[in-house]
Amino acid sequence: MTNDNFEPVIIGFTCNWCSYRAADMAGTARMKYAPNIRLIRLMCSGRLDPTFIFKALAGGADGILISGCHPGDCHYIEQNYKALRRFQLTKRVLIQMGMEPERLKLFWASAAEGAFLTSEINKFVKVIRELGPLNWNENNFRVQIPIHSIEEEVLA
Amino acid sequence: MTEKIGVYICHCGTNIAGVVDVQDVSRWVGKELASEGVVIARDYKFMCSSLGQELIQKDIQELGLTRVVVGACSPHLHESTFRNACKEVGLNPYLCELVSLREQDSWVHSDKNAATDKAKAIISGGVSRVIYHEELEPLKVPINPNTLVVGGGIAGIQAALEIADAGYHVYLVEREPSIGGHMAQFDKTFPTLDCSACILTPKMVQVGNHPNITLLTWSEVVNVEGYVGSFDVTVNKKARFIKTDTCTGCGICWEKCPKKVVDEVFEVGMANRKAIYTPFPQAVPKYPVIDAENCTYFINGKCKACEKFCPTGAIDFNQKDEEVIIKVGNIIIATGYDLFDAKRIPQYGCGRYDNVYTSLEFERLSNAAGPTGGNIILKDGKTIPKSVGIVHCVGSRDQNYNEYCSSICCMQSLKFAHLVHERTGAEVYNFYIDIRTPGKGYEEFYNRLLEERTNFVRGKVAEISSFARIPEEEGKLIIQVEDTLISKQRRIPVDMVILSSGLQSRSDAKEVAKMFGISCSAENWYIERHPKLDPIATMTEGIYIAGCAQGPKDIPASVAQGAAAAARVMGKIQQKEISLEPIRATINEEQCSGCRICNDICPFNAILYHEDKMTSEINPALCQGCGTCVAACPAGAISGTGFSNEQVLSQIEGLLLLKSLENEYSYSGD
Amino acid sequence: MKSYAYYPGCSLESLGKNYHISAMEVASKLGLDLQEISDWNCCGATAYYPIDELLAYTLSARNLAIAEQTGLIDFVAPCSACYKNAYSTNKLLKSDPELAEHINYALEADNLKITGSMNVRHLIEVFLEDVGLEEIKHKAIKPLKDIKVAPYYGCQMIRPRKGDENVENPMFFEELISAIGATPIDFSSKTRCCGGSLIITNRSAALDMVSKLLQDATSNNADVIATTCPMCNVNLELYQRQVNHEFGTNYSIPVMYFTQLMGFALGSTEKALKIPRDFFSKISLNIGMEPS
Repeated sequence: MTNDNFEPVIIGFTCNWCSYRAADMAGTARMKYAPNIRLIRLMCSGRLDPTFIFKALAGGADGILISGCHPGDCHYIEQNYKALRRFQLTKRVLIQMGMEPERLKLFWASAAEGAFLTSEINKFVKVIRELGPLNWNENNFRVQIPIHSIEEEVLA
Repeated sequence: MTEKIGVYICHCGTNIAGVVDVQDVSRWVGKELASEGVVIARDYKFMCSSLGQELIQKDIQELGLTRVVVGACSPHLHESTFRNACKEVGLNPYLCELVSLREQDSWVHSDKNAATDKAKAIISGGVSRVIYHEELEPLKVPINPNTLVVGGGIAGIQAALEIADAGYHVYLVEREPSIGGHMAQFDKTFPTLDCSACILTPKMVQVGNHPNITLLTWSEVVNVEGYVGSFDVTVNKKARFIKTDTCTGCGICWEKCPKKVVDEVFEVGMANRKAIYTPFPQAVPKYPVIDAENCTYFINGKCKACEKFCPTGAIDFNQKDEEVIIKVGNIIIATGYDLFDAKRIPQYGCGRYDNVYTSLEFERLSNAAGPTGGNIILKDGKTIPKSVGIVHCVGSRDQNYNEYCSSICCMQSLKFAHLVHERTGAEVYNFYIDIRTPGKGYEEFYNRLLEERTNFVRGKVAEISSFARIPEEEGKLIIQVEDTLISKQRRIPVDMVILSSGLQSRSDAKEVAKMFGISCSAENWYIERHPKLDPIATMTEGIYIAGCAQGPKDIPASVAQGAAAAARVMGKIQQKEISLEPIRATINEEQCSGCRICNDICPFNAILYHEDKMTSEINPALCQGCGTCVAACPAGAISGTGFSNEQVLSQIEGLLLLKSLENEYSYSGD
Repeated sequence: MKSYAYYPGCSLESLGKNYHISAMEVASKLGLDLQEISDWNCCGATAYYPIDELLAYTLSARNLAIAEQTGLIDFVAPCSACYKNAYSTNKLLKSDPELAEHINYALEADNLKITGSMNVRHLIEVFLEDVGLEEIKHKAIKPLKDIKVAPYYGCQMIRPRKGDENVENPMFFEELISAIGATPIDFSSKTRCCGGSLIITNRSAALDMVSKLLQDATSNNADVIATTCPMCNVNLELYQRQVNHEFGTNYSIPVMYFTQLMGFALGSTEKALKIPRDFFSKISLNIGMEPS
C-alpha cells in the first residue's frame, strides 16, 4: 500500500461543554477541516477511559485527538486535569508498545475557539498523513477488546 | 435479542443534502447496517418539523421500533425535540440518539464524497451505540421555595420584589451597607432624564419593608453547597457594630463622629464620609456601619463619640462577624459591574489633571446630593466651565483594553452633554467613534442634543494635555483629535473633560463564579446558557444571572433580566419538584472493592464511602454526570448512564466500521 | 568592571562627537568599560529602511555579528536610531530563521555570523539598570542644583514597545535628572518626534515639529533640554535660528546630551565634556547663553 493515496482515519474525543461546542461553532461558521476526523462526544474529557484509545487504534484509527476545556474552566471543575494525567500515562504505554508519539494528541479548546479547533484538526491530519498508516492492522489482524461487561471474565 | 432500529437522515433543506448524498447514505444504512438491527432507514427534508417527527412516531408504532437514530443537526439543538417525539408514543426518550451530520460533517467539509462517507461512519457509530442505550427516568428533586438573590442593584431589587410579591420568600444579600448599586450614584437617567434616586428609592423602600424579603446588607456569600432545589448557602454578615433592633437611623452618630474618611466607593473619591456612616441619605436599611479600619476607637481605643451621643444605646463595639446558613432552592446572581479604570490610558490624563473626570465622578458632581450640591464646577470649587469635552469609548472598542462596546456610554455621554448645557451653558464637544442609540427614545434624544448645538467630533481622542501652544490654549486642557469628517487634526481647548469609561466585570467575578459553580467568559462576564435564547440561565441548574453581571446593558434591560430570572425561578417553585437529566454514574456494589479512588476524584463530593459495607456509593442528586469516576475505577465497577463504556466502545467500532470493511475487501485483493 | 560592546554610530564620529566624549567620561566615572567594536558600519539610520529593507537589516546584522565575536553580552548604542535598528534587527532575526540564514549567507563573506545572542541596550538604560539611581546620586559630587532640565526622550528610544514598559508617560529620564541634582520639568511632548531626517527632505514640516517641541520645553522655563540622540540634539539645537526666522519666535535654549549633564554632576570638567566654560553656573543665574 503506497502512501500517495493514504487518507488517515482519526478519532477525536471532545467534551460536551467546551470542545464539542467549539466543533459546533466551527460548523456554524462554516469553517472547513479535513474529513478524516470523526468526533465522539463525551460529557467531560475526564470520562476518557484509556480503553477507548486502545479500542480505536486497534480498530483501525491512525491517530487520536483529545480535546477538553482549558484547565480551570472545566464544567465539572477539575476533571480535565485527570484527563491530562491519564493522557500522559497512556501515551507512555503506547510509545513502549511501538507507536509513534505524534499519533496521540491532547489540546484544550473552549466553546468559543472553533477556529483554533479547526486549525488543530487540519494540522494533526497532515502530521498523520505523513506518518502513514498505523501498522497494527497488518494482515487484517483486528484486536478484539470485548465490549461486554467484565463480570463474565472475573467470575473465573 | 436484537433491537429494532429506525434511522432517519435529515436533509435540513440543503444544509446537509447539499453536501452529503443523503439518499445514498439512507440506502447504505438500510443495507449494510441491517445486520446490526436497522429495520428501516429514511431520509426527509426537515426531520425536526412536525411531519418529520410524525414519520418517526408512525414507525415506532407500526414497526415496533425499540431504538431510534436521527442524523441531523447538533444534539445541543434538537436532542430534546426527537426525544420528546419518541416519548409521546411510548418509547423511552433515552433510547433515541441524535448524531450531528450538519455541524460535524456537511458544514465543515467541502469534498462531497468524503462527507458522504463520513456521514455513513457517523450514522454507523450512532447505530452501534444506541443498541446499548438503556431506558432512563429523569431524577426528581424537590424545590425549596426560598430564593437567594446576590446583589442589591436594580436587577437584584427587581428580581427580589417580583418573587416576594408572588408570595415566596427571598434572601437579598448585598456587599455594601445599603442596596441601590450603581444606579444610586447617578444623577439623571437617559433618555427621560428621570432623577435616578427618585425612581430607585421607592423600590428600595419596598424591599426594605417587604415581609417576604430578608435583607442582608454588609454581607457576602462565602460558600455554596448542594444542588438545585436544595442549596445550602453560607453568608458572612459583617459586623456593623450597630444593634439594628435599637437603632432608629437618627444620624446623630455620624454627625458627631470626628473622623473623616475619603469615600472611595459611593462618592468615587470625590467627597468624605465619616468612620461611622451610611453611604447616602436614602440608604436602605437605614442603619449605619462602622468602618473598623478607619475608626479611631478600633485604631487606638479612644473616642467613642458615637456611643456617647447615641440616644438609644445602639452602638456595640463588641459585635462580631456572624456566619449564617440559609437554605434556598434557587439562586439569582446580579452582582453588577465595575468601571474601567481610565488611569490605564495615561494619555487621557485621568488622575494627573484636576479637571479630567470619569463618568461616575461626573455623576456625583451633577448629583444634587453630591460633593458640589449638583453644581457643575471645576476642581477649584468655584469656576463654572465654559467648555467641556466628553470622550466616548474610553477603554471600550479598543484592542489595547476591551474589544467590546459597553453599550451605554454613548447615551450616557449625550446625557452628560445635555446636563452641562442646561446647568452651565458651556460649549460642549462630544468625541465619538459611532453614536449608538438603539433603545426606545434614544435616537430622538440624540436629535435633541443636536438641536442644543452640541459639537460632535467623529474621531478617537489621541491625547489630553495641558500644554498650550497659542494664547487661547493657556490654562485649558487641550484635546488633540483627528476630526475624521473633515480630515483635519484639531486641538480643542476645554475647561473640563469627562471620560465615558467602559463597563467591566467585577474584579472578583472569577472567584464568585467558581464558588457558585458557573463559568465566566474571556472578559469575565458570567456565561448564559444560550446567548440568544436563554440569557438569564446558566449551565448550572438552579443558578440564574441578571443585569450587568451578564454583560453591559442599560437599566431597562437589567430590570427585564431581573424580572425574567424571577419568573424562571417562580416557575420552578410552582412545580414543587423538577426533573433532572438522568446522566449519572452508579456503583455496582458487588464489584466495588472499596479502594476509594473514586471518592477523591469527584469534585461535587457525590461519592460516599460506607465503612460498614466497605464500598462506595454515589448520591444521584449530587452527581453531575461527568464520568471521571467511571473512567477511573480500576475494577470497572462504576457505570455511567448515557455514556457507558459499552456505548462509547461500540460507537468507536461503528465509526471505524467502514475502515474494517475496506480492509476486508482489500484483504482479498492482497 | 563590567564590559560592553559599544557601538558609537556615525553621528558620534562627527556632529555628535561631544556625545561620544561625554559618554566615555561618564562610563569611566561610573566604572563601566565601553569597548568600541572594531570595523563597525553605519546602521542605515532612519533613511535606509524605506529604500531596501533587506540590506538595511544586513547593515545592523553585521554590527551585531561583529559584537558577538567579542564574546561580550551587551550591545550598547548611545544613538536612539542606531539602538532601534539594532534592537529590531536582532529581534526579527531571532524569530525568522529563514531570513537569518539568508543574511548570514551574505555575512559569511566577512567570516561573520549572527545568532541573536547580543542583548541590545540604549546607553541610558545601561546607566539606569546596571549602575542604578542610588549609585549615581551617591557619585554626583557636583549636583546640578537649581537647574531645570527638560527631558527629551525622542520617539525612537521608546517606540516600538519592547515589553510592558510605560510608553505613553515614561519617567525614567526624569528620575535620572533628579538623581544628578537637577529639577526635571513637566514636558508633555517629551516622546514626540523631532522630525528626524525630515529636516533634510522636508524642512518646513520638520521645523514645525521642532518649534512645537521648543515651545513646550520653554513654556515651563527649562534652562536646558537634555537629549538621548544626536539627531534630536542637532534638530533641536542647530535649527533654532531657522525656527525663529520661520515662525517669528525667539527661542534661545541650550540643548545638551544627557551624558554631558551627568558627567558634570559626576565631577568631570566642562572642558572634558566639551561644554562652554562656566556653563552651568551661568545658566543657573539665568544669563542668556548662545546654543553651543
